[in-house]
Amino acid sequence: MKHRYLPMTEQDQKEMLDVIGISAIDELFADIPEKVRFKGEYNIKPAKAESALLKELSQLAAKNADSKQYASFLGAGVYDHFKPIIVDHVISRSEFYTAYTPYQPEISQGELQAIFEFQTMICELTGMDLANSSMYDGGTALAEAGNLAAAHTRRKKLLVSEAVHPEYIDVVKVYAKGQNIEVVTVPMNDGVTDLVKLEELVDEDTAGVMVQYPNFFGQIEDLAKVEQLTHAQKSLFIVSTNPLALGVLTPPGKFGADITVGDAQVFGISEAFGGPHCGFFAVNSKLMRKVPGRLVGETTDEEGRRGYVLTLQAREQHIRRDKATSNICSNQALNALAASVAMTALGKKGVKEMATQNIVKTHYAKQSFEKAGFEVPYQGSHFNEIVVKVDGSVADANKELLEKGIIGGFDLGRVNADLKNHVLIAVTEQRTKEEIDALVQEMGALYA
Amino acid sequence: MHSCKKWGLFMHKDNQPLIFEITKEGRVGFNLPELDVPEVDLSTLLPEGMQRVEEAELPEVSELDIMRHYTALSNRNHGVDTGFYPLGSCTMKYNPKINESVARFPGFANIHPLQDEASVQGAMELMYDLQEHLIEITGMDEVTLQPAAGAHGEWTALMMIRAFHEANGDIQRTKVIVPDSAHGTNPASATVAGFETITVKSNEEGLVDLEDLRRVVGPDTAALMLTNPNTLGLFEETILELAEIIHGVGGKLYYDGANLNAVMSKARPGDMGFDCVHLNLHKTFTGPHGGGGPGSGPVGVKADLIPFLPSPVLVKEDDKYTFDYNRPQTIGRVKPFYGNFGINVRAYTYIRSMGPDGLKAVTEYAVLNANYMMRRLEGHFDLPYNRHCKHEFVLSGRRQKKLGVRTLDMAKRLLDFGYHPPTIYFPLNVEEGMMIEPTETESKETLDAFCDAMIQIAKEVEENPEIVQNAPHTTVINRLDETKAARKPVLRYIKA
Repeated sequence: MKHRYLPMTEQDQKEMLDVIGISAIDELFADIPEKVRFKGEYNIKPAKAESALLKELSQLAAKNADSKQYASFLGAGVYDHFKPIIVDHVISRSEFYTAYTPYQPEISQGELQAIFEFQTMICELTGMDLANSSMYDGGTALAEAGNLAAAHTRRKKLLVSEAVHPEYIDVVKVYAKGQNIEVVTVPMNDGVTDLVKLEELVDEDTAGVMVQYPNFFGQIEDLAKVEQLTHAQKSLFIVSTNPLALGVLTPPGKFGADITVGDAQVFGISEAFGGPHCGFFAVNSKLMRKVPGRLVGETTDEEGRRGYVLTLQAREQHIRRDKATSNICSNQALNALAASVAMTALGKKGVKEMATQNIVKTHYAKQSFEKAGFEVPYQGSHFNEIVVKVDGSVADANKELLEKGIIGGFDLGRVNADLKNHVLIAVTEQRTKEEIDALVQEMGALYA
Repeated sequence: MHSCKKWGLFMHKDNQPLIFEITKEGRVGFNLPELDVPEVDLSTLLPEGMQRVEEAELPEVSELDIMRHYTALSNRNHGVDTGFYPLGSCTMKYNPKINESVARFPGFANIHPLQDEASVQGAMELMYDLQEHLIEITGMDEVTLQPAAGAHGEWTALMMIRAFHEANGDIQRTKVIVPDSAHGTNPASATVAGFETITVKSNEEGLVDLEDLRRVVGPDTAALMLTNPNTLGLFEETILELAEIIHGVGGKLYYDGANLNAVMSKARPGDMGFDCVHLNLHKTFTGPHGGGGPGSGPVGVKADLIPFLPSPVLVKEDDKYTFDYNRPQTIGRVKPFYGNFGINVRAYTYIRSMGPDGLKAVTEYAVLNANYMMRRLEGHFDLPYNRHCKHEFVLSGRRQKKLGVRTLDMAKRLLDFGYHPPTIYFPLNVEEGMMIEPTETESKETLDAFCDAMIQIAKEVEENPEIVQNAPHTTVINRLDETKAARKPVLRYIKA
């Protein structure tokens, strides 16, 4: 059967075989030993024509409850945010999405400049000196930060706050194992990192201290104090952050963070069942030559025109090979572009306004829950998530909520036995007052 | 002279403004709904010192400003849709448009990874069926979709191999062997997984030197990482002997799937003796590349490595899909959530579009195209390994180098003809290497036009080397000063 992606005709094939000097394509595979040669065709589903496949897959997609149809209060690291329509129009320009890594700068100035702009925007939001061109996601970015800290300080212990996203902690542990680094979790107290415990644990063997800002429970950590305790032992201060929150929160750079990482999913990137998102990695200038991944720098051509190139590549795997401290090659370039477009569209005013709406709407939800008689155990400052204590199973309630068109919050009992019957509720700017009221009312009825 | 292509719509040679240079206070590119809950002064919600004082200097531009800016940037960028992109080992094939549509279905794009499993059964079904397809394609026993890209998959598999050896008390297995022709990610992944890298030499035929391999293996061998066909585009014919040597000393054989496009339906890693494999879904299975990512790097394993797979593992129980977190021997989690689902949706759509006959044709045409080009070009450039290649081949520019023209110059000259150059100076064991991978989606006319350009450049090297040495001549920018970029790095815009 002819396939629309394969332009080969019988005539082409004949002419090409003649030039090669063979009579059949099979001869080109004669060097595959008979014993391992695969005979016939794969036992997989037969090819489906475009229209039929579109129909099948749209039906499959329709089996899922999506946040276009449901009011989602689920966050925990992935959020339903406003995505400016222009984002998809830009990233659908196939000069961007069908290109490889910009290794030929003369014909890749578009991508290179877009990344340079991304690096700048991440620096602006985080208050850091420089940022790379992206990482897989916030979790692996944090894990790479741990490895960097260990390599830089020549120490073999990482402290990670229990109030960091539990899946991020899991990833940190696996990366650390590769480098034989010990990971010690710092307990939390009242929804934030226990600073007394941190002070006890941090010592001269500590390579880095990791906290999340706002943390997994939506609470805002006391970065000034963490910085003090961390730097007192000459450990690196590592902050995993939500870049949208930095529209209203003092940036980690102002608190002396050495490494700031996070995920730019909040800016124009779909939830997509957890990926692809867009990790970022920003550092102070001392660590410039130790940053993992690609960096774009400005330079000029021989006629003095400004242009952009991949730079400081001596850090990277394709040059350093087994001396490399990170193996990252592919990153999330297209999603970095999406995030740039969203950050550009929102701009200076919009990021602040959107962040403000998140915090104010979450505050409204918190008051509403309390008014309805729910306990909100952590009373510290929050960004767009709060923890609500409920009287019964979160999972069961979420099933009921789904029936009412609501995707409920995250069941904290799944990751922390002490937090059974606690739900993490995220309220983004997308949620209307009506939806928040409905959630509180439905939950009130369910747990009555 | 062969007509040269002009890059972009207009060859304007002025600096392209940065988005920060067209910003103007007071312009906006967004509008949010009015706040519909009572306003609260942020200073009452945030503690002292926590409220941002200096605003982030993000752009202030209108929506049209944004669209024009990025359209201008896209015009300064070459993708597969722009023109031929024979970048070796990168498999720059056509990226089908149906993939993009399917990945944007709300039921795939707008679902949350932590939703109740009952509400995302469609997504889980797709993932499971993709795994089943990849199991058949690779000949492995189980597949995880969690790794985000090829290098991430390499490292994931090596961490599993490490856990496997440790579970057997084999803690002395600290060495990973890679051929001298290997991708740079192989040794880097080995290092990041805590192994020491040992290089095994290639022989005169460009294949792994069995004698050298026998010399370097031993009780400390954890694994051999192999790309087959290798980065020269040559099939390792002694694969069974290689497998025997590694397994004989208790090591594991690892398949770097970067070149899978060369052997689909012809040979499966699982049948060749490989114990684990990573795939680059953004290469063989039309990801797309996205200007450097996102990718997706699933890992397939044989039965004895299954207990060590990253957690959770997607399983099917009766007609229900569920994530199994009860994996006592798992290496843990290599990524939050379940991998780059959006890329996996695209790969699945591609596989379902091609079917078994389609995937077989993919490999046959990819290999036919490469051999055809190799034969058309062999008289004009040195061909270090003269035998049938697989999906790619490597030429050497040493003949041209003697005339004072380097492979880099020829690559830059190709830009003037509207082509993305091949991968150059790789693999490392070929002097002045040019690694050419046409893929199956290119027509004979395209291959011929590219070969004509290459042949013309070879002539120019003999008759008029300056035109090559000074190339490119038609791009929006000339060769950039990379030394300057690295010596005094400017990595962000700073307002003048």
